[in-house]
Amino acid sequence: MTDTKVPAAHVTAPPKRAFWSGDAAEPFRRNLGLVGVLIILVIIGIITRPELYGDASWVSGNIWTILKQASAIGVVTVGMTFVIIGGGIDLSVGAIVAVAGVWSTTLATQSYGTLGMIFTAVLVGVVVGLINGILISYGRLVPFIATLAMMVAARGLAAQISGKQTQVSSNLTINNIASNEILGIPVLVIILALVVAAGWVLLNRTTFGRRTVAIGGNVEAARLAGINVRLHTVLLYALSGLCCGIAAIMLTSQATSAQAAMANLYELDAIAAAIIGGTLLSGGRGTIVGALFGVLVFSTITNLFAINNLSTEVQNMVKGGIIVAAVLVQQFRYQSLTNLLKR
Amino acid sequence: MSDSDVVLRLQGVVKTFPGVRALDGVELEVRKGEVHCLLGQNGAGKSTLIKILAGVHHADEGSITWLDEPFAPGNPQAAMRAGIATIYQELDLVEDLSVAENAFLGHEESRGGFLKRRSTAARTREILTRLGHAEIPPRRMVRSLPAAGKQIVSMARALSHDAKLIVMDEPSAVLAHDEVENLFRIIRELTAQGIAVIYISHRMEEIRDIGDRVTVLKDGRTTAANLPARETPTRELVSRMTGRTIEYVFPPRVGRSDGEPLLRVEGLTRAGEFTDAALTVRAGEIVGIAGLVGSGRSELLETIFGARQADSGTVTVGGKPIRSIGAAVRAGMGMAPEERKSQALLLDEPIYRNMTLSSFPGYARVGFTDAGKERAAAERTADRLELRPRDVSRPVRTLSGGNQQKVVVGRWLLDRTRLLLLDEPTRGVDVGARAELYQVIHDLAAGGVGVLLVSSEVPEVLGLADRVLVMREGHLIHEAPADEIDEATVLDLVMAGSLLEGEPA
Repeated sequence: MTDTKVPAAHVTAPPKRAFWSGDAAEPFRRNLGLVGVLIILVIIGIITRPELYGDASWVSGNIWTILKQASAIGVVTVGMTFVIIGGGIDLSVGAIVAVAGVWSTTLATQSYGTLGMIFTAVLVGVVVGLINGILISYGRLVPFIATLAMMVAARGLAAQISGKQTQVSSNLTINNIASNEILGIPVLVIILALVVAAGWVLLNRTTFGRRTVAIGGNVEAARLAGINVRLHTVLLYALSGLCCGIAAIMLTSQATSAQAAMANLYELDAIAAAIIGGTLLSGGRGTIVGALFGVLVFSTITNLFAINNLSTEVQNMVKGGIIVAAVLVQQFRYQSLTNLLKR
Repeated sequence: MSDSDVVLRLQGVVKTFPGVRALDGVELEVRKGEVHCLLGQNGAGKSTLIKILAGVHHADEGSITWLDEPFAPGNPQAAMRAGIATIYQELDLVEDLSVAENAFLGHEESRGGFLKRRSTAARTREILTRLGHAEIPPRRMVRSLPAAGKQIVSMARALSHDAKLIVMDEPSAVLAHDEVENLFRIIRELTAQGIAVIYISHRMEEIRDIGDRVTVLKDGRTTAANLPARETPTRELVSRMTGRTIEYVFPPRVGRSDGEPLLRVEGLTRAGEFTDAALTVRAGEIVGIAGLVGSGRSELLETIFGARQADSGTVTVGGKPIRSIGAAVRAGMGMAPEERKSQALLLDEPIYRNMTLSSFPGYARVGFTDAGKERAAAERTADRLELRPRDVSRPVRTLSGGNQQKVVVGRWLLDRTRLLLLDEPTRGVDVGARAELYQVIHDLAAGGVGVLLVSSEVPEVLGLADRVLVMREGHLIHEAPADEIDEATVLDLVMAGSLLEGEPA
């Protein structure tokens, strides 16, 4: 007669768990793996080019190089993470960056000055995102199809606007974004940090963010809770477009020009970074910090190849392998780590 | 009771969807502080009715009066603001949001779009305390709660709206026995505060236990209103639901307990799920396993079928060892899993393709499938199972729960199945269709098929099986012929099995 009827309270009470093994720490556990990957990449860098890593000023300069490399794609990835958490996908991000970049560097737009160019890039990004969102929400197109079509169409539009020419930016304020620093921090990195911080707050501390998780996690529950799912979906794609517009300015500044082929394959990089960062491709789960780590892993790999003078072809092959490996490792590590901590 | 106690009144409500008249004259009257049970077969229109009250659908005709005012909510939010909250059958929670975020989903406490996390958590804690579950942390992810805990969060959401009427669509379907008692305690507290509850359930004993009045729907129409829940004979309720007078009875059985065991399970163990399970099923015998949700019943069944890898122990059918689903099917084993929609059916495919899913290569010629032959075979099975509607080219999605279950069972009838494993075969199946399923199971056994059955409903196990095994916390703790054990004994065993621990299973 040790245990008779179990009181109902015990049935629903989950066992108390320590912070590091509880839900709240799950994103940290995931990101821990990504930090590990970053450390491994740095170690590979040290082993392959020990003479460079002996120079402290080269190391700090290289860190900024990696972060600057990550800045534009990082901003795009924040938008992509929202779309994926909300149960969608945006294949058109690279093309939106190209249209926004090309449109903001036409001679006519440049004549309106710095703010005119920034405004144009952001507006073009948001409008294209809105079109995506409206096609998906109210036209009931599958996100994959709608944004695939937009990817092709927007690249075409960018080529049309630019006449397939590289458009040089003669606006010094824009061009200097890439080279200027504030308090020793490159402006590009500051922009990335601001977008990431804003993205984190938006996802975790606002009704918009929580509703995004609800829609991606259980769309029927969201609808029955009175959330305007269609409008929200439109806003998610507009947000992705907004991020693309910001990224367009950042890339234009780095190259001091824009062209229809810019931000090539950004959609794949952004999706890969988000997924590696722990965002569920089916929606409903994901973190901004994880996505940032995903981006950093990729730009560190690119950097590793650059300092070893390896070709981009080899780099792409390795990158593909790393995407698969990272997700495989993460699944395995996540499960085993969780099991380990549960004991 | 005076008329002024009536909070909700529906008169002649009609709702048509393209091609279907889902509601065709519904009358309903709900009083303040009562538990009003809504009874009807699957497809009788209960879900549509709920969704009209919740503001998801809009009535085409008829009048709805809520608190003496005409009521026509434009969207779910409007219905909730008016004080009508709904707990849906499929848990409508978001796994990756916290308890508090789920409770206030869609009407979050916020300032300028920013969440007021502290006061949300405090209000959630208040509601959970009211529900008697103060131990659930408001910031815990819903994902990590057990089913009963999720049910509580669903109820917390309903209460977060300051509801005066709560609609509960089969809230007990996902709950174990003792959790249902807690649910009832909460319902009684709610009604004591003057909140009205519309309670939907297929389980007659629950309606007797918690209900005040009963309204019966059939084919979108009210066939009986405001019957007293405790006194109305079951026979009458069933006849109002079906239009026939079918008793909730089990067909008589001629037990066959001789002969060699067809299925022999020995020492089967999976860490954390079940330990040292041993059982046998003979040809033509029905063996039932009774136990609570979470006792390891479904896991045991799936392991016997080879869908899960056993840590130790053996499963043999006719002397041949079973270690994979492939081997199980080749040995003539078939399984109807618990979650028929996600584990068994291709919902948008026609009935005949679902029926031939495990056997269609047999109808194929050099790799090309033969739809004509498949269809003919499915038609024969449909006749045997009294499938309704009989048209085997309809998508499975359009069938009622009972008929979907028949399709799952029918799949194995096509295929010289010698042993059938049934996991909760009547979950979500209405009374009329249940009787037919019981007959099908008996006919199969009479034809020499061995059946191993798992069910949460003890009377079903007792009425259907020749031999009953009782399972508790991963152990088979008792075995008896069905006519030598009664419901009370089984319930005692599953809930307080420690009395018997140490005895051989």
